[in-house]
Formats: sequence, structure tokens, C-alpha cells
Amino acid sequence: MAGKDLSMLKDPMVDNNPITLQVLGICSALAVTSSLKVALVMAIAVTLVTAFSNFFISLLRNQIPSSIRIIVQMVIIASLVILVDQVLKAYLYEISKTLSVFVGLIITNCIVMGRAEAYAMKNPPIPSFLDGIGNGLGYSLILLLVGVVRELLGSGSLFGVQILETVNNGGWYVPNGLLLLPPSAFFVIGLLIWGFRTWKPAQVEKRDYKIMETEGAH
Amino acid sequence: MPNAENTTAPTGLWARFNAMPLDSAPRTITVAVVLCLICSMIVSGAAVLLKPQQEINKTLDKKTNILKVAGLFEAGVDVEKAFGAFEPRLVDVATGKFSDAADAATYDQRAAAKDPVLSVALDNDPASIKRQAKLASVYLLRDDAGKIERIILPVHGYGLWSTLYGFIALNADGNEVYGLRFYSHGETPGLGAEVDNPKWMAQWPGKLVYGDNGSVDIGVGKAAPAGIDGSKHHIDAIAGATLTSRGVDNLVKFWMGEQGFKTFLDNLKKGEA
Repeated sequence: MAGKDLSMLKDPMVDNNPITLQVLGICSALAVTSSLKVALVMAIAVTLVTAFSNFFISLLRNQIPSSIRIIVQMVIIASLVILVDQVLKAYLYEISKTLSVFVGLIITNCIVMGRAEAYAMKNPPIPSFLDGIGNGLGYSLILLLVGVVRELLGSGSLFGVQILETVNNGGWYVPNGLLLLPPSAFFVIGLLIWGFRTWKPAQVEKRDYKIMETEGAH
Repeated sequence: MPNAENTTAPTGLWARFNAMPLDSAPRTITVAVVLCLICSMIVSGAAVLLKPQQEINKTLDKKTNILKVAGLFEAGVDVEKAFGAFEPRLVDVATGKFSDAADAATYDQRAAAKDPVLSVALDNDPASIKRQAKLASVYLLRDDAGKIERIILPVHGYGLWSTLYGFIALNADGNEVYGLRFYSHGETPGLGAEVDNPKWMAQWPGKLVYGDNGSVDIGVGKAAPAGIDGSKHHIDAIAGATLTSRGVDNLVKFWMGEQGFKTFLDNLKKGEA
């Protein structure tokens, strides 16, 4: 059982990563990764929300009428997100200002809903909780990887600590401004997906269709 | 797999509830109502419990913004201590004179603006604030000789979605802008929220509020209106945020005009405040 629990946490990191394999939760990954500190807070918030929403939804799964199950899931997720938002406003005010709408948007993060619908509705609370933690960690891993690339190359720092001395401060590094803009996260995530799929070819999706060979075409 | 819900002793209401088919209308409604009740209790409980701590953060953030707009903020500075450099005063907006009708340190202008006794309803209301507090909290920064060096005035007005609250800092002449920044607003992130962008805010310092004849010439827009020297009075609007920019234009004009702090600033220049 212990081995199974461990694999539940490990699987979503590489083999079944919500961002690189399932391509979910991209929107927030673009918005909050320009600095590591914000990315870390967002990663923790999403992990907690996914874990606890999975837990509570699984606890109630036999009582949830299927006709309103999505709404019930949303209510539970939304309550948890508001809770996180309130705690952030009380104890991490500066970061909550930077995260602004994106905390609220955890509600619509496909990873949370996806895990609730695909896993928590069919499995007992403890495995669901672990599944939530695992998927949250998988999301966090990508968020932090993207954050490292963007903050290091975009502003020459990590967690706000200057690593590469920038030209403006008399150093040698010319920061790449593109990496501070949201589109750069697309490029970084794209490269990551490419990397993951080269490493694990099993993740490559089958083609939906094949271009037909025409005979005798000139 | 053991199940917490089904092991509860089947008595009375619970048994009848459990006997209902899962998708029957009464059961669906009961689940929805109970769930919503519990969730709303948790959410409102958290909101009430955490409110005091959030208020502390808001006050601290407001003070930090006053320090920033006055150019006194440095990273790691003790906000409360640095804030001691200011002399908080109350100004009677209508007469333009200092007032001691309330304690300047604890006076809450935002709350006063909602109180019918402490505020006046506006007929001419370009900033869309509906009611204006009779007294305004201003912050004076004096140099070592006791002469006023900078004047920090509170401004607010409606943008696109929300009321923007901020401060405008003027130099001792009561005309040259030292800076403008908003500490609270709910404009669209990436568009209207660019009022917080340092590059945009950098346009304000050095601009003059009043023209030679005393008219409010400062403005935010696409280009300076005819007859106004853009290099002295014009601030570029934010691309993609026309309505927020218009809101900022309106609120600055309102608060710098006759209905705002113009009388006070004139009195201050004459030494009659």
C-alpha cells in the first residue's frame, strides 16, 4: 500500500503531469511565473485546494446527486479558494496583491475540476487527497521550472536575489525582457513538453488523422 | 470499502433521507441547501475572523503608499517609524482651511464620505463619487526649518469598474506634481491596473497642475487639448484602458479644482490656511 501511495504522489510529477501531459491549467501558469516567489505561493495554493477539494468531494461522493454534481464540486472548490484568498490577504498581503485575480481563478483551474470529476468522485477520501497533492505537486514542479527560467533570464534573479548582475546595476547581464511577458511562458512550457516527450516517448499523442498518400499525383 | 455516511445509525430523518433515491428532487434540493449553508458559514466565518488582520495590512499598505508617493520609501524601512515624518492634518474642503474638528490621526475619510452628517452630496460630480467628505486628511512633510516641503493630498474617483483611491504629492509651490499613485482599485489587471505601472507613474513628476491663470490644466488623454502646453500639463493615457484613463483625468481635475483642494492650496500659498 505504501508503494502505491508513493506512486500516486510521483506519477503526476512526470508520467502523468497535469501540465505537460494533460495540458491543463496553462492559463495561470502563464500569468504567475514571472517571479518565483509568486509562482511558489500560487503552487502551494493550488496544491492545497486540489488536495482538500478532492478530499471533501470524495467524502461526499455517495451523497452527491449526479444531476448537480458539477455545481456541488464548484461550491466546494470555490469555498476553499475564498478561504485561501482570505488567508493570503491577512498574512501575505503583498503577494496577494500581485496574485490579485489569479487566486480567484483557481476556481476555474481545470486541474482542480478535472481531478474532482475524474478521481475524487470514484475513490475514497485518503487516496483522493493524495491524488490531489500529487497533481498539485506536478503543477508546482512545472510552475517552478518555468519560474526559474523566466526570473533568472528575465530579471537576473531567483526569489528576488540577484544572481546575474544586470547592466542597469553596473553588471554584465542584459536581461531578456520578453521572458517577463506572458507569451514567454508559452515558449518555455512548449519546450518543456518537447523535452518530456523526447525523454518519455510514450507520452507522445497518436495522430488524430493521417495525411493520405495520393497515387499518381504530379 | 467502509463508508462514513452509511454507518451512521439509521434513525428518523436521516433514515428517511437515505431511503430516498439519490437523484430524486427532494434529496437533490436538500443536498444543495445543506451544502450551501455549510460552505457559506465557513466562508463568512473566515472573512470575519481574518478581518482585523486584513485591516492592519490595509492601513500599513496605505501608509507605505503615502511614503512612496512622497519619495520617502526605501526597501526594508520601518513604515510606522518613517511615517512619523509626516504631519497629518485635516482640511475643510469648502473653506480651504485647516480644521481641528476631528482627530487627524484617527479620522477615516472613506467612512466619513458615507456619513450624511460628515459629507455633502455632489450635484456636479465628474469623478462619480456621489458624496464628498467635508474634511479631508492631508499629510504635510516639513523640512528641518519647519517649512512645508511636500503636500500629500488624497484623491479618489471612479474608473471603469471601481473607485480608485490614491494620493497626489505636490511640491511646496502647490503646483508642481511630485508623484501620483493609487493604493486601492479594482481595474482590469494588465489594462486599467496599469495605473500601478512605474513607467506610467513616472510621467507625473514635474508636471504642473495649474496654468498661468490658475485654471486646472493638468490632464490625462491621448494628446494635450488645444491651448495647453503638453510638456507641462499632459500625461499620456494608458493604451487599452481608455475608460480608466478618463476616470483618472476626471478625478485629478475634480480634486485639484474648486470643489477639491484648489482653495486650500491657494490659502496655503498666501499663508492663510
